[in-house]
Amino acid sequence: MRRTSYCGTVALITGYVFLYLPIVFLIFFSFNESRLPGIWSGFSTKWYHRLFENEDLIAAVLTSFQIAAMTATGAVILGTLAAVAMVRFGSFRGRTLFSGMISAPLVMPEVITGLALLLMFVSFERLIGWPSERGMMTVTIAHITLAMAYVCLIVQARLQDFDQSLEEAAQDLGARPLKVFFRITLPLIAPSLLAGWLLAFALSLDDVVIASFLSGPGATTLPILIFSSLRLGITPEINALATIIVGIVSVGVTIAGVIMVRKKGI
Amino acid sequence: MMNVNFFSVSWQQGQEKLQTLYRKTKQAQHWTVVLAPYAWLFLFFLVPFILIAKISFSSAQIGIPPFSSIFEWSDHHLLQLRFNFTNYVVLLQDSFYGEAFASSLKIAGSSTFFCLILGYMMAYGISRAGEKWRIILLLLVVLPFWTSFLIRVYAWMSLLSTQGFINALLLKCGLISAPLQLLDNSFAVCIGIVYCYLPFMILPIYSTLEKMDQVYIEAAFDLGCTPWRAFWKITVPLSKPGIIAGCVLVFIPAIGEFVIPEILGGPDTLMIGRALWWEFFNNRDWPLACALAVAIVLIFVAPIMYFQRKQIQALEEGRE
Repeated sequence: MRRTSYCGTVALITGYVFLYLPIVFLIFFSFNESRLPGIWSGFSTKWYHRLFENEDLIAAVLTSFQIAAMTATGAVILGTLAAVAMVRFGSFRGRTLFSGMISAPLVMPEVITGLALLLMFVSFERLIGWPSERGMMTVTIAHITLAMAYVCLIVQARLQDFDQSLEEAAQDLGARPLKVFFRITLPLIAPSLLAGWLLAFALSLDDVVIASFLSGPGATTLPILIFSSLRLGITPEINALATIIVGIVSVGVTIAGVIMVRKKGI
Repeated sequence: MMNVNFFSVSWQQGQEKLQTLYRKTKQAQHWTVVLAPYAWLFLFFLVPFILIAKISFSSAQIGIPPFSSIFEWSDHHLLQLRFNFTNYVVLLQDSFYGEAFASSLKIAGSSTFFCLILGYMMAYGISRAGEKWRIILLLLVVLPFWTSFLIRVYAWMSLLSTQGFINALLLKCGLISAPLQLLDNSFAVCIGIVYCYLPFMILPIYSTLEKMDQVYIEAAFDLGCTPWRAFWKITVPLSKPGIIAGCVLVFIPAIGEFVIPEILGGPDTLMIGRALWWEFFNNRDWPLACALAVAIVLIFVAPIMYFQRKQIQALEEGRE
C-alpha cells in the first residue's frame, strides 16, 4: 500500500526546487552578456568562447582526466581485492587492522588525509629520494587510497549479495580458485566494478583539497584551477564550464536511467 | 594387532598433516590476494598517520624540513626521544583553536540537523512514489552529486552575493533598499553544506524506508493510530540505521570542511579544517598543523568510528 500523500508531494517539490534552482540559475546566467551574476543584460555566448581560448584550463582538464583514469583503474583493482578478502576469507591474521584501514579513509576529513600523505612523501624523499617532485604521481596515489575504500564498499555489498553456491559448484567441478574468480565471480560482480570505477573517477575529478596538498607545479588539476579563480571572485566563465559539465552529466544519468527502467521492465 | 594400531595412528596423523597443509596453502592463497591492498594501505594510510603523530611532537624550525627531529643520538650512542608537547599546549591555551572547534561543531551540527529534516522528508516522499517515479526521483537526487562539488558551491556564491540574483530580486520588489550581506557568514556556510551533502543523507534513509514492511503501519492504523503518531512511533524508529548513517556521512565531512567556508564563509568564519590549512600553508607551522590533525581525529573521527562499529556489531548480532 503505497500512497502519495499531500505532505510528501510538498516535501518533494521543496527539496527538488532547493536542489535544482541554483543549477538552473547557473546555466541561465552563463548566457548573460554582463559580468554581474544577478542582472540579465542580453544573450551572449562570449563566456564560452573565452573558456575554449583558455589554454591553462584545457591543460588542467587533460591532467585531471589522466589522474582520474589512473585512479579509477588502480582503485578498482585494489578495492576489489580488499573486498574479496573482507567477504570471503573470514578472519585472517591482521583482519581488524585491515578493516580499520580500509574504512578509515571514508570518515577522515580531507585536509588530514592530504596533510598525512604530503608529510609521508616529504619524508620518503629525504630517505630514499623518491618521489623527487610532487605532481600527477603523488596526487594519483592519494586518490587511489581514498577511492579504493569506496570501491571496496560497493564490491563488498555485491559479493555478499550473490549466491555463493555458483562458486562452490565450479570448485566441485574441479576449477582452480583463479579460474573460479575470473569465470564466475568477476562476471557476477562486473556491474559493481563499473559503478566503482565511475565513482572513483568522479571522486578524483572532483577533489580539490587533497590535490592542493599533493600537486606540484605543472600538475594543476581542474578543481585546483577552478578553486583559485573562485577565490578571486565570480566570473561567468565558470558558469559556462558548469553548464558544459551539467550537460555531460545529465546525458550520462539519463542513459543510466533509461537502462535501469528498461531492466526493471516497467 | 600392533600393526593395525600403528597403521590407524599414522593414517590419522597423515590426515592431520594433510589438513594443515590444506590450511596453509589456503592461507598462502589468501595472502596473495590481501597483500597488495594491505601493503598499499599500510604504506599510504597508516604510515602517514604515524608520521603525523610523530611530527606533532616536534617543534617548528626554519629549514628543510621545517620541523625538528624527535629522535637524536646522544653522546653515549643512545637513541634519545624528545617529545615536545608545546604544540598541544598551544592548542589548549590559544583561544583561537577552542573557538575554531566550537564554531565547527556548531556549523556542522546545525547543517546536519537541517540536512536530516529536508533529507528525511525527501526520502520519505521518494519511498512513497510509484516504482517508475522512484527511479527518476533518485536519479535526480544523485545527478548534482556527479557534477562538480566546486561548481555547486559556486552556484550559491553567485546566488547569495550582493550583486546576486536574490538581492537583485529583493531590490526590484522594493522589499529592501540596500543589498543584504548574505554571503561571507556562517549562514551561507550552512546552506552550502546542506546543499552539497544532501544526497548523502537522502540515500541511506531512503534505503531503510524502502525495505520497511508496510504491515506494521497498517496494523497501527487498524488499531486506531493516527498517521502522525504511526509515523513517529513506527516509521522513524525503524529507519534509525539510515538516520545514523546519513548523519555520520554529513557530519564528518562537514566538521573538517575547508572549501565551503573558504568560498562562502568570508574571512571571519572559523572552522578547524580551515585553521589546519592556514597553519600549514600560510604560517608553515607543520608541527602545529599535525597536532591539530591529531586533535581532530581524537575528538571527532575516532569516537564516530567507534560508535559506528558498535552499531554494525549490534545490527549483525540482531540479524543472527
